[in-house]
Amino acid sequence: MATITVDAERIVYLTELTGMRVDGPNGRRIGRVREVAIAPSEHPHRVSRFLIGSGKTPFMVRYDQVKSISMDGIQLADDHFVPYYPDEGLLLLCKDLLDQQIVDVNGRKVVRVNDIALRIIAASERDELWIQEVGVGLQGAFRRLTEGLMPSAWIRDVQRRIKPNSIPWDFCNIIEPDPRRRLKLHISHDRIGSIHPSDLADIVEELAPAEREALFETLDEHVAAEALTEIRPKIQVSIVESLDKERAADIIEEMAPDSAADVLSELQNETSQGILKDMEQEPAAEVEELLEHEEDTAGGLMNTQYIALHEHALAEDATEALRGNDNLLATLTHLFLIDRDEHLVGTVPVAKLFIAEPRLPLRDLAILDPISVDLDADEETVIELFDKYNLFALPVVDDDDELCGVITADDVISVLTPDP
Amino acid sequence: MLKRLRQRILVYLAVLGPGVITAVVDNDAGGIFMYSEAGARFGYTLLWTMIPVTVILIITQVMCSRMAAVTGKGLSDLIREEFGLRTTFFVMAALLLVNLTNVTANFAGIAGSLELFGISKYFSVPFGAILVWTLVVRGTYRTVEKIFLVASFFYLSYAISAFLVQPDWTAAISASVTPVVSLEGPYLVLLIGLVGTSVAPWMQFYLQASIVEKGVDIKQYPESRTEVIVGCIVMAFIKFFVIVACAGAIWSNGPREIHDVSEAAEALRPLGDYAYILFSAGLFNASLLAASILPLSTAYSVCEGLGFESGVNHRFSEAKVFYWLYTLLIAVGAGLVLWPNFPIVRMILLSQVLNGFLLPVILILILILANRRELMGKWVNSPIYNLLAYATVAIVIVLSVTLTLVSG
Repeated sequence: MATITVDAERIVYLTELTGMRVDGPNGRRIGRVREVAIAPSEHPHRVSRFLIGSGKTPFMVRYDQVKSISMDGIQLADDHFVPYYPDEGLLLLCKDLLDQQIVDVNGRKVVRVNDIALRIIAASERDELWIQEVGVGLQGAFRRLTEGLMPSAWIRDVQRRIKPNSIPWDFCNIIEPDPRRRLKLHISHDRIGSIHPSDLADIVEELAPAEREALFETLDEHVAAEALTEIRPKIQVSIVESLDKERAADIIEEMAPDSAADVLSELQNETSQGILKDMEQEPAAEVEELLEHEEDTAGGLMNTQYIALHEHALAEDATEALRGNDNLLATLTHLFLIDRDEHLVGTVPVAKLFIAEPRLPLRDLAILDPISVDLDADEETVIELFDKYNLFALPVVDDDDELCGVITADDVISVLTPDP
Repeated sequence: MLKRLRQRILVYLAVLGPGVITAVVDNDAGGIFMYSEAGARFGYTLLWTMIPVTVILIITQVMCSRMAAVTGKGLSDLIREEFGLRTTFFVMAALLLVNLTNVTANFAGIAGSLELFGISKYFSVPFGAILVWTLVVRGTYRTVEKIFLVASFFYLSYAISAFLVQPDWTAAISASVTPVVSLEGPYLVLLIGLVGTSVAPWMQFYLQASIVEKGVDIKQYPESRTEVIVGCIVMAFIKFFVIVACAGAIWSNGPREIHDVSEAAEALRPLGDYAYILFSAGLFNASLLAASILPLSTAYSVCEGLGFESGVNHRFSEAKVFYWLYTLLIAVGAGLVLWPNFPIVRMILLSQVLNGFLLPVILILILILANRRELMGKWVNSPIYNLLAYATVAIVIVLSVTLTLVSG
């Protein structure tokens, strides 16, 4: 959105708008504005309906019946009114937006709406009102508290001195728990999907359960999986339980097996079995294997997604293997060398491959006889090894010295960070 | 079978905390003073208030716990979303003032109880303030709640000191079920005080927020409700033991008025050091616990309602308003106690007056919310519950307004 030089004369705040007088075509007084609504499926910014009058059923005016809008009031072009009945396709600004929580996509946090600034736009032969921004700071709060208690001009004068804190309408994301209404209101969470999963997790934790579900139902599976990984265990459980089984399975499938196992181990047995059944076979098997280990042992910490090559493989084989596993590359630091019986032989730092000749045997790059840990070693041991040997990745082996998985530094950091 | 039982116990443990903590903190320094006075002046006669007070407490607290489980939102969030910024602002401003006076009263309780052990208030109050502040700012919510729960057990000291006093148990028990209404002025004032102050505004906010924080949902609601009810009953027993201890130690040797809780503790001294020490330690524990919870709950409610970041899980830079409010409540509350010649008694009276204005507003808001179908769905108050709730709210409002008029 282009920056608009704010011309204070053309801005009306929702607090001022409600209670503003409305006059008919011949100057006849009709009533006062009670509520305004936008119809997001028609236009994302434009106020599309004005509800006028008090009582049980106010009447409704469409935006194209309005002739002019100013601080002194609203002039209508005709006087054909219809009674207002609740309509799921309308977003009522006072009822659905004011005082509610919204997600500030740009600031990546949950905020509460104090006031809404609308802009008077001159269309051909009539005025329209467009939502410009949502006030979440003291400015809006001050206006809400004082409106009606002192003249509007004074309020504007004082509020000019307060530091503004507002979010452009385009960066606001409303959270509507009712899926039918969400569809009618054209609320999508595309923008939310672009927030970093860790920030998204913080946002989700601040919301009430119904709103969390709403968000998770609409997020892309991949994004949902990454965000779910970062959320506190207790909230993870409530989210997964609230989703239907297939959706939960789809999301958990996208998670790294160790995180998926962590989530499933927190769930009730029936629920987790149900989800596992709905998952694809391969990820389900990996997760099930991990679930067998106690949570606070090396087996419980490890991840089964790693790249292992035969001990006589060459550097070019390794490059090939990396190409085939591009989903792991973002965080991969080491490759593993194993013998025919899957015994761990060595580890190869990925970076060394860059300077290696394609035909060079990996053994020459490897750290042979590397530090490893037993499946049932406790967390303390793992942490000590990481600290003592300054590790990034620690291979986990079973009793026969066969490679089972790998613990990475981020797993250890998660253990060391106290749960809030 | 055994597994089922184990699972059940685990579910109860998972929801344990909010109800018990809220209810026992209701017996803060101010409460214990009133119970001591009731026991010292009127012996066992006022014990019958215990049962109606428990019922009143249960009815209001259960509504909040239900709202927490259904909406997953705190009371101040709901007030803000349903009644708008203006209402929220005035409720929060009043809550802040009332709770500040409560915090002060409890720091006075810390000072008074430790002076019984010969510790100067110029040492105990700053030390208490720093302890409380660090606990919450440095700890996580889960550890903090555990510490609060453990502190709740120390209320047992009142039960032990009541036994050490060797009161007339038969008289105590029969008085508990025999209502006595006398129109004698001081009796009436104490009666109104005991019932009218049993429900405090902060409790509703703290209880609902901490149930939400626990992540209790509608499936766990039955357990959570049980926990809330158990908490209220525990609270009633503590009250019972304090009244009995003072009745046994003071009233039976000649009824008299006491001016502060330390006087009640002193009166227990001739009956042995243990009764005295336990009673004083109980007071210290109650004051310290309330002094920790009130500022926390206040800062939390105010920030939630007005839309500031809140909660001990945020860093200082993320939730500045929250931490400043929290710090100021403690600093001002503790500071006023150390202020030479500060009229604390007048401040406590003022707090009761404010309380009398705020409580009706909050109870009525709760009733409206708990009956709003678009919010609560099928979990709105049932007609019978509503009848009880309206009656309770009416009684509490009448009593607390009367108390306001009497003390004002």
